[in-house]
Amino acid sequence: MNAKSFSDLLPPLLFGLAVLVLWEMVVRIGGVPAIILPAPSAIGHKLVTQIPTLAADLLQTARGMLAGYLIGNAAGLIVAVLIDRSPFLQRGLLPLGNLVSALPIVGVAPIMVMWFGFDWQSKAAVVVIMTFFPMLVNAAEGLKGAGAMERDLMKTYAANYEQTLMKLRLPAALPFVFNALKINTTLAMIGAIVAEFFGTPTVGMGFRISTEVGHLSIDMVWATIVVAALTGSAFYALVAHLERRATFWHASYRAR
Amino acid sequence: MTTLKSVFPLTTVLFVLFVLWYGFAAWMNSPLQRDLYANNDRTDYTTSDLIVDSLNMERPKLPAPHQIARELYHLVIQTAPDSKRSLVYHAGITLAESLIGFLIGAALGIGLAVAIVFVRPLERSLMPWIVASQTVPIIALAPMIVVILNQFDIGGMTPKAVIAAYLSFFPITVGMAKGLRSPDPLQLDLMRTYSATSAQTLFKLRAPSSLPFFFASMKIGAAAAVVGSIVAEVTKSEDGGLGARLLAGSYYGQTVQIWAALFVAAALSGALVGVVALIGRITMKRAAFPT
Repeated sequence: MNAKSFSDLLPPLLFGLAVLVLWEMVVRIGGVPAIILPAPSAIGHKLVTQIPTLAADLLQTARGMLAGYLIGNAAGLIVAVLIDRSPFLQRGLLPLGNLVSALPIVGVAPIMVMWFGFDWQSKAAVVVIMTFFPMLVNAAEGLKGAGAMERDLMKTYAANYEQTLMKLRLPAALPFVFNALKINTTLAMIGAIVAEFFGTPTVGMGFRISTEVGHLSIDMVWATIVVAALTGSAFYALVAHLERRATFWHASYRAR
Repeated sequence: MTTLKSVFPLTTVLFVLFVLWYGFAAWMNSPLQRDLYANNDRTDYTTSDLIVDSLNMERPKLPAPHQIARELYHLVIQTAPDSKRSLVYHAGITLAESLIGFLIGAALGIGLAVAIVFVRPLERSLMPWIVASQTVPIIALAPMIVVILNQFDIGGMTPKAVIAAYLSFFPITVGMAKGLRSPDPLQLDLMRTYSATSAQTLFKLRAPSSLPFFFASMKIGAAAAVVGSIVAEVTKSEDGGLGARLLAGSYYGQTVQIWAALFVAAALSGALVGVVALIGRITMKRAAFPT
């Protein structure tokens, strides 16, 4: 880490630290009962002492989340490339895709649990459906992104469809594809955890949260939330990092 | 917009989906129906019997479209809207929560965006946390918010509206921060030569030029608010709402009921986004934006 990125990190870190200190003070001085809002120190204690449980939950949820994320994004990208050749299918499918990506798809979670059982497969199925449409719509938009000049150039090279696709249009679509990949990280996380509310083996972050709320051990719930937030942020940061590596040529990175 | 050109492809795709749906329904339900026949010692059924019965099961794996339509007709039109079985009743609850949440979310989102644009240090200290707030799965926070607000005797719709607001403020903040920054440097310089105050710059230049961003992010925010209230209803299902119907349906294996609730949720979300889009289109036309 160089000096510049450190100075970028400092203000948000200080802000976060201030919030934590304030929170601890409010809870201690105000005497807020732990079943309403546990102090950060209590949550930290749970985080350290309950590592095996939290890790098992994370593993269970992450399995469904990652499997669904990979399948959903791959399927969305492939369908986008396939319908790219047919304006007919594009006009028929894309408005539907746009509509569906604005719908509360988390609602299919109970159906998927019925179809694919309680284990991680049903969670993956929910995530597939949630991630498919944003990727389809974004990738289809991105494939239109290559300019007429560049396409003409490919034509003068006598490039065939595959070559134009692989060497020009897919790379040109990457910023859009990565946009969908980033949106989908949070969607995948939400989908996997929501699906666990509708039935799950006795492990998983969604299961942990719903049972521990019932037991009123709120500090454990917050510890799970912290793990979920850290995982989500790390997932997002990883995709953002890959984006930077893959689309370093794009205007939004060149300028800096 | 080539609306007319899209009608034929769209109807074709929808028709194909419809046919596929029936095919899948028959394929997925027939094993269940076969078991049912076996339990009733019925062996003389033909293939067409099997298909017809598979498409009319009481608890199918995948209900056929006409079953969902019948259920919708029954629960939306035939049942009195104030009955607890009516989907109109539950959709009303969800709509009210979503609207309140959306309004809170929009106010918060716009406020944060204005603060971020005008106070530079805020952007650097606040923005990473705003992004991080969205990686916290809301479903994890939802039961917490309900518990916390309950302690302060705040029950009913408010916790769910807060959750809806939590989901909807983010796209609005990000979109508006971008929109408020969209004026040309030249135009900003012009405002400076007029010695305009920053409030004047905000209302006369930044706000009008952020209109396209405003409506784009309001559409996403409205859809997110519906998702938020449905998710919140799943975690606190005793007050009703479409999310509660989803949960009840999944407890009792009432697939047709789940699908009916899903369709109403989709219609609700679509209608809300549609209204925002319509207001957007009219406003943009009045403000002479190229649409």
